[in-house]
Amino acid sequence: MKLFKLRGGVHPQGRKELASERAIRVLPMPDRLFIPLQQHVGAPAQPLVKVGDHVLKGQLIAASQGFISAPVHASTSGRIVAIGDYAAAHSSGLAAPTVTIASDGDDRWLETDSPSDPFSLSPEEIAARVGAAGIVGLGGATFPSAVKLSLSRKNNVRTLIINGGECEPYITCDDRLMRERASDIIEGVRLIRHAVGAVDVMVGIEENKPAALLAMRAAASGTEVKVIAVPAMYPMGWDKQMIRALTGCEVPADGRSADIGVLVHNVATAYAVHEAVRFGRPLVSRLVTVSGGAVAEPGNLVVPIGTLVETLFQYCGGFSEKPARLVLGGPMMGSELFSAAVPVVKGTSGVLALTAREIGSTQAAPCIRCSSCVRACPVGLLPLEMAAHIRAGNSNAAVSRGLKDCIACGCCSFVCPSHIPLVHYFNFAKGELMEQERGKLKLEATKKLADERMARTQRIEREREAAAAKRKAAREAKEAAAKLTQTITEAA
Amino acid sequence: MNPIAHSPHAHAPITVSRVMLLVMLALTPATLFGFWLYGWPAINVWVVSLLAALAGETLILRLQQRAIRPVLMDGSGILTAWLLALSLPPLAPWWIAVLGSFFAVIISKQLYGGLGQNPFNPAMAARVMLLISFPVEMTTWATPAPLGSTGAASWLDSLAVTFVGAHVDGMSSATLLGHVKTEFTRGIELQQALSGYYAPLDALWGHRGGSLGETAALLLLAGGVFLIYKKIITWHAPVAMLLGVVVPALFFSSINPAHYAGPLYHLLSGGLMLGAFFIITDPVTSPNTATGQFIFGLGCGLLTWIIRTWGGYPEGVAFAVMLMNAATPIIDHYVRPRIYGRNRRGVSMSIEPAKKES
Repeated sequence: MKLFKLRGGVHPQGRKELASERAIRVLPMPDRLFIPLQQHVGAPAQPLVKVGDHVLKGQLIAASQGFISAPVHASTSGRIVAIGDYAAAHSSGLAAPTVTIASDGDDRWLETDSPSDPFSLSPEEIAARVGAAGIVGLGGATFPSAVKLSLSRKNNVRTLIINGGECEPYITCDDRLMRERASDIIEGVRLIRHAVGAVDVMVGIEENKPAALLAMRAAASGTEVKVIAVPAMYPMGWDKQMIRALTGCEVPADGRSADIGVLVHNVATAYAVHEAVRFGRPLVSRLVTVSGGAVAEPGNLVVPIGTLVETLFQYCGGFSEKPARLVLGGPMMGSELFSAAVPVVKGTSGVLALTAREIGSTQAAPCIRCSSCVRACPVGLLPLEMAAHIRAGNSNAAVSRGLKDCIACGCCSFVCPSHIPLVHYFNFAKGELMEQERGKLKLEATKKLADERMARTQRIEREREAAAAKRKAAREAKEAAAKLTQTITEAA
Repeated sequence: MNPIAHSPHAHAPITVSRVMLLVMLALTPATLFGFWLYGWPAINVWVVSLLAALAGETLILRLQQRAIRPVLMDGSGILTAWLLALSLPPLAPWWIAVLGSFFAVIISKQLYGGLGQNPFNPAMAARVMLLISFPVEMTTWATPAPLGSTGAASWLDSLAVTFVGAHVDGMSSATLLGHVKTEFTRGIELQQALSGYYAPLDALWGHRGGSLGETAALLLLAGGVFLIYKKIITWHAPVAMLLGVVVPALFFSSINPAHYAGPLYHLLSGGLMLGAFFIITDPVTSPNTATGQFIFGLGCGLLTWIIRTWGGYPEGVAFAVMLMNAATPIIDHYVRPRIYGRNRRGVSMSIEPAKKES
């Protein structure tokens, strides 16, 4: 198949060999699971259980709130021991509402009904089951999948793209999943296709995963699913990049992929859809890559949602040397973890323990305008100019140069010979803009309240004046009448 | 608490000093050839230029009360002085080299705010300053006298040339471009002016009178190709500059060969090769985008050809580069990459459902 030309991108050292040849292993059930209520884009889920309740694996423990949200399920059977704040998997290290389950060791599933033929379900029913299973985008975006399914159906999506890019270095969980669960993924893909009514289905897999390509091609033969090798480069897994590579179309800057008739889902999401629709199993575990130069035995583990990151490292033999940095996700876009005592969430594709040599960063030096960042940017931005404006405290000038189109992929910082933390500048400016916008909203709200108060007092004042005038008029009329009576009396 | 380390948590194995080192490596063959061709005086000029750049940078940083070590270690000052030295006449006295290097690193670079902030290429700015201020010293060229040959100056003689200003008989000559320009003013036609003065093969290797490191066209080209291969520079600006010279030269020489020299003559003369691969590829003073760099290079080439052909100076590379340096901000303002999902003017593509045949 003809592939379309892409812009920018970099070729970081893959380091995937650390974990790519390690078969999937199931992590033994930990004693305690810490399940955050917000593991997705949108409103946090609302807890339905109380401390002391006994729950079964797969039982709903928090319901989705509003249109864009996702429910949360118990990852094992056991007792709810706490509902409250617990450190979240975020570089801030701040706490977030979390349900803590003490495992009873039985790992007993909740009995659910599952259809004998999932393809006999209506598209709406599939979307409903995907939504009820708490499935979110497992590539890392964690957008509720059911919302995407129903939006796509409304927008008459014709092309379904399944993203097997996995371009982040070190991360191999999608690779392993495609090698070992290819037929399940393909069935999930076909279910998604059925749910949105797409015509073309393409699975894009980076050509540096030949075993995954082979397995997926074998599983897809005889179906309407086309498996296509795409060039290995970062950020191939950016959904819009995958769309451009496979269709040649670009998603409008102000729109969504559905606007050009395309829906993109990750391979792991397709697998989760299969599990949910075929077996009625909600998303209670996911495949996580544990890797990095400091990990003794890197690997790919099936991990119950809510397992602490430190448990994963322990299971992988601990550290062979002291890690310089713990990273949640891949090295290009992942965030630093200050503590490994935070839970794995639905969007966790990997946890890394990197050595100082692997990070390889030095002190930032002045920009020499080499424009490596311009060549590397997959979006077509001018990172050096944007960063210069942000440094000068002029975030708005950076916006006019496309700051809002920045996807924070890190290509610019990666190639910068001066080691300037460009993405850091951009994220700072985005935060500042958000602050500004919030301030503006607040100001508007205050102004509105003040205006209303003014209008109210004015109205009261007017009413009071009107009443006074009325009283005065009445008094005058009365006086006039009295005078008249007097005159008449006098005259009489 | 540690500051938060920001993504990416990996980095390409590249630093500013590595970039500078690779460029110096690429310059080495042409430089060694210059040393061999012009002997000890050339080596003196090169050494004095580099030392003066280090001293000048130390001085200005001390005055500005900034950290000296990281700036000296980035290699940019040394590279600037190296490029300047290559564009100087091999017989230049020591103070020309010192003045040039001081002007380059102090006035053209650090006073603007240091590395990355200067609008003009420091080496070219220094060369232009020297050429305008000291035309005699800057146009006294050496006849090639390779090291070890009979005409070569001994090391002691070279010290006298460089530091005392001693004049050695039979050592000076004119450059090809200078000679042709002089002959034109005397009303002599091109072919006649070139006869006995111009041998393309010698020019290719660089065996002729000229600046210290500008004559070895092939070695400079090899250095440039090495830098393109190493992804330190891209082909856009160099190729555009060569085109900017070759195209008008081809056109005018085919109309009037008696007055206009052909493309090969232009390609192999003066500072064109050094300029195309090492000067206009200076990232600081050239545009950011590939298209911008192409326009920039084309402008440098055209201006070089125009100055050589119709200007008062025999060589125009330095002037052309400075003029185009001044145009860099405006090129960068108008030439920008197209942003994903937007048209060239930055407006979002229309949100129309894709019309695709099934």
